[in-house]
Amino acid sequence: MATAAEIEKQAEAREIRTRWYLSAPALIIILLAASGPLLIVLLYSFLTPGPYGDVQWKFSTEGWVSVFLERDIFDDTLSFASAHLTIFWRSLKLALMATVATLVFGFPTAYFIATRSERTRDIWLFLITIPFWTNLLIRTFAVLQVIRNEGLINTALINLGIIDQPIQMLYTDFAIMVGMVYVYLPLMVLPLYASMEKLDFRLVEAGYDLYATRWQVLKRIIFPLVRPGVVAGSILVFIPAIGAYVTPSVLGGGKNMMFANLIELQFGQGRNWPLGAALSITVMAIVMMALLVYVRNTAGSEVRHG
Amino acid sequence: MNLKSMSMAAGLALLASTSLASAAGELNIYNWGNYISPDMIKKFEKQFDVKVTVTDYDSNDTALAKVRQGGTGFDVAMPSQTYVPIWIQEGLILETNPGGMENFKNVAPQWANPAFDPGRKYTVPWAWGTVGVVVNTDVYQGDINTWKIVFDTPDELKGKVNVVPEMNDVLHAAIKYVGGEQCTGDKEVLKKVRDVLVAAKPNWIAMEYNTIEKMGAGDFKATSDWNGSALRQRLKNPAIHYGYPTEGFQYWSDNVVVLKEAKNVENAKLFQNFMMDPENAAMNSAFHRYANGIAGSEKFMPADMTSAPEVVVPEEFKKNGEILQTCAPEVTALYTKIWTELQK
Repeated sequence: MATAAEIEKQAEAREIRTRWYLSAPALIIILLAASGPLLIVLLYSFLTPGPYGDVQWKFSTEGWVSVFLERDIFDDTLSFASAHLTIFWRSLKLALMATVATLVFGFPTAYFIATRSERTRDIWLFLITIPFWTNLLIRTFAVLQVIRNEGLINTALINLGIIDQPIQMLYTDFAIMVGMVYVYLPLMVLPLYASMEKLDFRLVEAGYDLYATRWQVLKRIIFPLVRPGVVAGSILVFIPAIGAYVTPSVLGGGKNMMFANLIELQFGQGRNWPLGAALSITVMAIVMMALLVYVRNTAGSEVRHG
Repeated sequence: MNLKSMSMAAGLALLASTSLASAAGELNIYNWGNYISPDMIKKFEKQFDVKVTVTDYDSNDTALAKVRQGGTGFDVAMPSQTYVPIWIQEGLILETNPGGMENFKNVAPQWANPAFDPGRKYTVPWAWGTVGVVVNTDVYQGDINTWKIVFDTPDELKGKVNVVPEMNDVLHAAIKYVGGEQCTGDKEVLKKVRDVLVAAKPNWIAMEYNTIEKMGAGDFKATSDWNGSALRQRLKNPAIHYGYPTEGFQYWSDNVVVLKEAKNVENAKLFQNFMMDPENAAMNSAFHRYANGIAGSEKFMPADMTSAPEVVVPEEFKKNGEILQTCAPEVTALYTKIWTELQK
């Protein structure tokens, strides 16, 4: 006869099994929906490009080779794919700059909101979320209207007599940055606010009581405590920024490719789907690794400071 | 009205509407965006008691990829001449033999037997045009009938030129500019092409499609462009003119084809025949602002088109144009590399 402990164990095992069965449908759907398309992309990256787009079902590593190496079309030598690297570096640089810029503008904004009275906080937060009501493309075109040669700023400056020739702002890197910061700022402010709201301001007062300067308070008390918000905000901005497509092409003029454009080219006029698939996976892997390193490092330092 | 009778009424209404829809015929058109006259569609619907649905695509490659996957539910599409041979070769379109249709007699002689569809076994002309340069002559008064505007930009236009980022169009223009043949795989020529493009790019301000608005607002002072777009720009600003580069420019044509997987083949054929009627073709041209390849349609076109130098190619330039052909896949691969290098 089974002892009470055995019966209990069996019941427990049964319950665990039931839990698995019950959650299985959801898990299977998530697994399929998340990994299914990715597996198809992976599969396509190992096939041969069809003559007019699509793929032929023949194994080939050519797609992957041409991610990193390019055969010079004129002297046929193999060399490092510098064009791909240049384009990737441009996207990466822009994403990093956008992350830093949104942090610079987002941090004081979030701090300001978090230090208001509870009722006014809601109003400020509400204002921050308003841009989300509008489509990304429309917001980008709104920025274009403001900074173009016959746009709001230039017209105003000319009418005020400050300048007599419009300043070329559209189609510059400056324009791309303005657009990206404007579009991604709420993604930085909201997580920052979430962690600042929890900040115990008595600690700040205690710091001042102990003769800390404002800078020391910011650096040694506030910043370490809101670090999770900084990490979350940076990730939320960085990931869409590195795949940014609309903002750079509308405000930057599309003269210089972003990584997303390069991938699109392969699926469109370039007719090299395997290369496009391989490029997609490459950028995904790089971003994933960078994030893992980043999160691990910041998590570690959080323990030290906290 | 209580809830029960209301839901019953709604159910009846639904039943009535679906039975109405199935009583009449249908036609599903897959076309470039903003490229089909709504008035003309209404006329077709009325004439044949057919319900027409139009879905947009944004590029030949998108359309090709989607139709090749199958199961689209589309009956009719409008591929460009460079893609028609691919569609035929891939077995995507039905041999409807428009050459034997009633209205075929109206097709203009130069479009009656094109190289991309000899004998018009599959396709009906939809629209045709050219690719050239558009210049704001307030800024630059020199010769505009040259690719130099784009590839060796005059000082007045430096930093104010846009290039429409259609890879095949830009490569064709650059090849003509250095004196090569279209679809060439000649490395010597392509090296020159690459050098010309890379050297020209610093004088460009942008590479985008949105030329009508930007030329109108003065963000660009010159651009490579399609002729219909050029016409719309001139109607906004009379100082904007279209140039036919003497180094060589391209003719393109979009064509009505019936898909092999079409469910409404008869209606699709009716539509092909319908489009070869001069009055209908003119209605469509009045909307998309391109010529249509149907003789006699000029009579029904708006006056600002029949005399427009953008639509009616001036006699002196005609000899410089050629119809763009489908380049071999390995040549396209070379062009893609040059294109990537240009935009890196």
